[in-house]
Amino acid sequence: MTKNHTILYLDGVSVSFDGFKAINNLSLVLDKGEMRAIIGPNGAGKTTMMDIITGKTRPDEGEVFFDGTIDLTRHDEADIAMMGIGRKFQKPTVFESHTVEDNLLLSMKGPRSIFPALVHRGSIGEARRIDEILATVRLEARRADLAANLSHGQKQWLEIGMLLAQDPKLLLVDEPVAGMTDAETEETARLLREISKTRSVVVVEHDMHFVRELDVKVTCLHEGSVLSEGSLDFVSSDERVVEVYLGR
Amino acid sequence: MITQRLFVAGLTPRIQIVIALLVGAAVLVPVLNLAFPPSSPFHVPNYMVALVGKYLCYALLALALDLVWGYCGILSLGHGAFFALGGYAMGMYLMRQIGARGVYGNPDLPDFMVFLNWKELPWYWHGFDQFWFAAIMIMAVPGLLAFVFGWFAFRSRVTGVYLSIITQAMTYALLLAFFRNDMGFGGNNGLTDFKDILGFPVQASATRSALFAASALALAAGIALVAAIAGSKLGKLMVAVRDAESRTRFIGWRPENVKLFAFTVSAVMAGIAGALYVPQVGIINPGEFAPANSIEVVVWTAIGGRGTIVGPILGALLVNAGKSWFTGALPELWLFALGGLFVAVTLFLPKGIVGTYDQWRAVRRERRLAKADLPSGPAEAGDVRIVRASSATSPVPQGGPEPQPAE
Ligand SMILES: Nc1ncnc2c1ncn2[C@@H]1O[C@H](COP(=O)(O)OP(=O)(O)OP(=O)(O)O)[C@@H](O)[C@H]1O
Ligand SMILES: [Mg+2]
Repeated sequence: MTKNHTILYLDGVSVSFDGFKAINNLSLVLDKGEMRAIIGPNGAGKTTMMDIITGKTRPDEGEVFFDGTIDLTRHDEADIAMMGIGRKFQKPTVFESHTVEDNLLLSMKGPRSIFPALVHRGSIGEARRIDEILATVRLEARRADLAANLSHGQKQWLEIGMLLAQDPKLLLVDEPVAGMTDAETEETARLLREISKTRSVVVVEHDMHFVRELDVKVTCLHEGSVLSEGSLDFVSSDERVVEVYLGR
Repeated sequence: MITQRLFVAGLTPRIQIVIALLVGAAVLVPVLNLAFPPSSPFHVPNYMVALVGKYLCYALLALALDLVWGYCGILSLGHGAFFALGGYAMGMYLMRQIGARGVYGNPDLPDFMVFLNWKELPWYWHGFDQFWFAAIMIMAVPGLLAFVFGWFAFRSRVTGVYLSIITQAMTYALLLAFFRNDMGFGGNNGLTDFKDILGFPVQASATRSALFAASALALAAGIALVAAIAGSKLGKLMVAVRDAESRTRFIGWRPENVKLFAFTVSAVMAGIAGALYVPQVGIINPGEFAPANSIEVVVWTAIGGRGTIVGPILGALLVNAGKSWFTGALPELWLFALGGLFVAVTLFLPKGIVGTYDQWRAVRRERRLAKADLPSGPAEAGDVRIVRASSATSPVPQGGPEPQPAE
C-alpha cells in the first residue's frame, strides 16, 4: 500500500496500559480529503487512537504517518497541532474563563511563540476570520459571553470553531453530538459535511442516526483493532459487528 | 510603537487610579515628611515612611506572585527566595559602600570576612562596589535562578502540588546554604550596619523618603507591566494554561514556555522588591529565605484576590498593617489571627476581597440589565449569570483553577 496519497496512515499500531492492550495491531488509512466515521463499543480504543495520532500517547509499536511522509511518533502534541492536525475532545474542553471570541483568538493559526503573543494586535483579517467562524458555528450572539456559560452543545460547537480557527488539514472529532438535541445533531452533521469539503475529517460517534447523516465510509473498532469497514449499511449488517454491539 | 501596543490593553480605570495614587504618594509623602516640622499636623513621621515603604515592597512581591499564581496557575511557595536574592545583591552593594568605616576598619573586606580571617574578597563579591553592577545582579540572579529552575520543572511537566513542593524545597535549600559562614554572605547574621547608598546616608530622612518614593514608583511600574501582560494575547494564553493546560498544547502552544516567561518575569520583580526592602529595614539575613515567609506571601495574595492585580497589593498592605498592629498589641496572637484570617477567606471569600467585590458588582450589573430588559417582569434570582471577564482582571473560576483533563 502506498502512503503517498494518504492524509493518515496507521499500520500495525499497538499500545498497552499495564499489560492491557488498548490498541492491538490497528491499521487504518485515510485518503486526502476523506471523511471517515469511526464507531465501536465503549472501550474499543477510539479515543486512544486519537491520543496516538495527536502525540499524547506513544505507541509501543507500529507506524503512524501524516500527510504521507511525516512520522507522527517522532513529534509532540504542539508540533503535531502546528503541522495541521486539530482535535476536539470527547469531553468538550474550552477555556471557560475566556469569552467565546477569545477562545477563537487563542486558536487562530499563526505564530506560537511568546513575544509575538505579547505584542499581538488583532488585524482586520483576523477579525473577519473570527466573524466567519462564529457564523459557521452559530455563536455570533454569544461572542462576548464566557465560555463557561455556554450550554453543553454550544461548547461542542465552540470547540469545533476552535478547530476551524487552527485551519488544520485533518480534524479529529471525538463524539461531537453527545448531549445534543436531534435538531442540533442534524445541524452538526451538516457542519461536518461542509467542513469535509476542504479538509480530511475523522469522526468518532456512537449515535447511528448521526453517522447515517454523515453518509461516509465507516470503520468499526473493537478491542483495539478494526472489526469491519465499509458503508454504514455494510458494517451494520456485518454479523461480527452485530454480535459486538448486542453481545455486551 | 511597540510600547504603545504593550500598554494599551490592560490599563483599566481601576488600575490607572491605583497607579496614580502610588505616583501621588511617591511625591506627597516625601514632601509631608521633609517640608513640615514634626510639630505640624501634616508631618508624616520617619517611622511611618519606613514602615509603609516596607509594605510597598511586600506589595510588589505579592504582585509578582499574582502574575504566576493568579494568571498562570503556578502556586509558588518559594517566591521569598527571589525576594531574598534581590535583597542580598543590594546588601552586598551596601556592604561595599561601608569601606573602611567598619569595626575592623578594613577598606577591602566587610567586617564578617575579617572576623573569619579571610584574606581577600571572594570572586563573586567583585563588582558589587559599583551600583550599576549590583542593579544588574538584583535582576539577573533571581531571573536566572527562576529560568533554570523553571526550564527543568516545566519541561518535565511538573505541575500542581509537586511544583509547589519543589519551590518550597528550593527556598529551604537556599536558607540552609546562606546560613553557612563559608558561603561568604555573612552566615547567620547576614549583611547589616549599612552606611551609604549612592553616597547618601541610609538613615537620613531624605534618603528614607527617596527610598519610599522609589518603592512606590517601582510598584506602580510593576502594576503597569503586569496589567499590560495580562491584557495582551499572552496574558489570555496564561489564563488558558492555568485553566486547561493540555488543551493549549493541542492547539499548538507550548505551555512550558508560557510558564517560564511568567516565572522569570515574576522572579525579577520579586528581586527588585527585595532590593528596595533591604536599605529600608537595614538588614538582610538568611531568615528571609524561610519557607514561612513565602507562604505568607501566598496568604496576602489569596486574601486580596488572585488574578486581580489590585487584590494582592491590597492584601499585602492590609495583612501587614494588621501584623504591625497585632505584634504591638497582642504579639502572641498574631499567628493565630493570620491563620484564622486565611481559613476564613478561603471558606467565605474564595476569590479574595477584590475578586468577591468584582463578582458582587457583576451580579448587580447583570440584575440591572435583566430589569431593564423586562421592565414589568420580576427579576429572577436564579437567572443570575456570571459576568464576562474584563480584559485585565481574570477571575479564577469558583473553587480554584480546576485543571480540566483533556481526554
Ligand atoms: N491512560 C490510560 N491508562 C490506562 N488505561 C487506559 C488509558 N487510556 C485508555 N485506557 C483504556 O483503554 C481502553 C480504550 O479506551 P478508549 O478511551 O480509547 O475507548 P473509547 O473507544 O474511546 O471508548 P468510549 O466510547 O467509551 O469513549 C479502555 O479500556 C480504557 O480504560
Ligand atoms: Mg472515547
